Amino acid sequence: MTSTSGRSSTSADDRAHPLDEQLASLHRQEWGRLLSVLVTRTRRLDLAEDALAEAFARAASRWPDDGVPRNPAAWLFVTAHRLVIGRLRHEAVAGRVVPLLAVGTATTRPTDDGLDADDPATGGESIGGEDERLPMLFLCCHPALSADARSALALRLVIGTPTDEIARLFLVPTPTMAARITRAKQKIVGTGIPLALPARDRLDERLDVVCRTILLAFTAGYTPGEGPDLLRIDVASDAVELARVLHRFAPDDERTRALLALVTLQHARRDARVHDGRLVTLADQDRTRWRLDEIRRGLELVATLPPSTGYAEEVRLQALLAAEHARASTAEATDWARIVAVYTELESLTGSPVVRMNRAVAVAEASGPAAGLALLDGLDDALGDGHRLHAVRGELAARAGDVPTAVRAVRAAIERCANEVERRHLAERLATWTST
Amino acid sequence: MKYFVLLAGPGEMQAWNDLSPDEQQAGMEQHHAFAQACEAHPSVEIVAGEALDESAATTLRTRGGAFSVTDGPFAEAAEQIGGFYVLEAPDLDTVIELCRILPAYDIDIRPVLDLG
Repeated sequence: MTSTSGRSSTSADDRAHPLDEQLASLHRQEWGRLLSVLVTRTRRLDLAEDALAEAFARAASRWPDDGVPRNPAAWLFVTAHRLVIGRLRHEAVAGRVVPLLAVGTATTRPTDDGLDADDPATGGESIGGEDERLPMLFLCCHPALSADARSALALRLVIGTPTDEIARLFLVPTPTMAARITRAKQKIVGTGIPLALPARDRLDERLDVVCRTILLAFTAGYTPGEGPDLLRIDVASDAVELARVLHRFAPDDERTRALLALVTLQHARRDARVHDGRLVTLADQDRTRWRLDEIRRGLELVATLPPSTGYAEEVRLQALLAAEHARASTAEATDWARIVAVYTELESLTGSPVVRMNRAVAVAEASGPAAGLALLDGLDDALGDGHRLHAVRGELAARAGDVPTAVRAVRAAIERCANEVERRHLAERLATWTST
Repeated sequence: MKYFVLLAGPGEMQAWNDLSPDEQQAGMEQHHAFAQACEAHPSVEIVAGEALDESAATTLRTRGGAFSVTDGPFAEAAEQIGGFYVLEAPDLDTVIELCRILPAYDIDIRPVLDLG
């Protein structure tokens, strides 16, 4: 298990100490870079990660007394590097042979240069810019890894998101997530997935997987969980950072731009999405709590996206939807006709029943609930097991004045809904229709 | 690292024996190009590589201590295994890249465990 120190607390009443803030900011800015350099030098993913977490923990306990070193990143690097070297010596004495991570030729460095880490200069600014996180990002997003493992690994290794927070994000127990990450790291080393950027002529096909991985990590943060963990917006912020890293690397690629636009626009609404521990739907959100500067940046990115094909177009259309909502200063000002048009394109591109359901909601707004209800026909085979289709049907039927259908549908939704907060919301809707 | 590259099935192509002589010739040339690319790579070596007879498998089993010999192959999918390579290569991406030179088989790549 890895330490979580160095990461800022997210609770509002916990006034952060300046040193805590400095450590949190160091963690955010330096984790991926320091880990990449450590792994490149030692070729030991497991040891390097544990050692870097330990170095941050030591910084948190020592810096308050000893003072912050002149070059904090170098201190962290040297401390972590010494820890890895110590473990390697220990293993050598014990006669253990451990497989090494494959490292791409362009970034290969000597693996037994342990002593030079005693020279702080090697751990200083000279170890390079933020691009050092990119081979790690491509390593974590290798197509030979499972989709679940990719998203978790990218957060853990590139951003340094603590394992318990990644577990929260994906709604699994921490030991489950820790085991998943450990297995993925073993697969990386065991199958020889290299820490390297893909060859230039393979970059294009690899970018698809990287974008999907980041989007999966981001959307997981907005999948309703339970109790105070209704949304894991703090962890979703880490996925936004991954999107930024990727976009800076390939700013001309339409997918990276569309991805950054999409997550930026959606994330700009974070403060308005939960109120008193409850999910607030788009129509009811206090739009003064949207982050207007972020929305402006997202809209600027969207404006640079030409119509495309395949996955790039899929993400672009999703970004266009987010942009339409972001542009409306009130719910009433939403251009539903435009949103319907984008959903229609998205549905014909993906054939997704979920997109069809969302289009039905938009059509109901644009042309009335009866038109929306008609679009839900035929979706039960694909979506009938979940609660959302029934909830949408209930809502639209109620608006159309068909209370018996609404009641029947929402009861079906309540039966199928696993989330307590959402179930309570559905029960409240049901009560308003049955009490009149 | 050492990799076992299993030519697990013909994918969208026809089985080797159903290919025309010209198609078989084209396939042979792709294997040849693969061998040349491996040769040209400074840290790749073909340790072994053979074509396998798809129609003549024999399966051995021991169940409850009883040894049996039957007509094979062991599993239905294994009927289509056409051959294998064992490669020494620095990493998975290098192997994947080289395998793209081969005919468009379905391929399984497995690292060979070093038990030494």
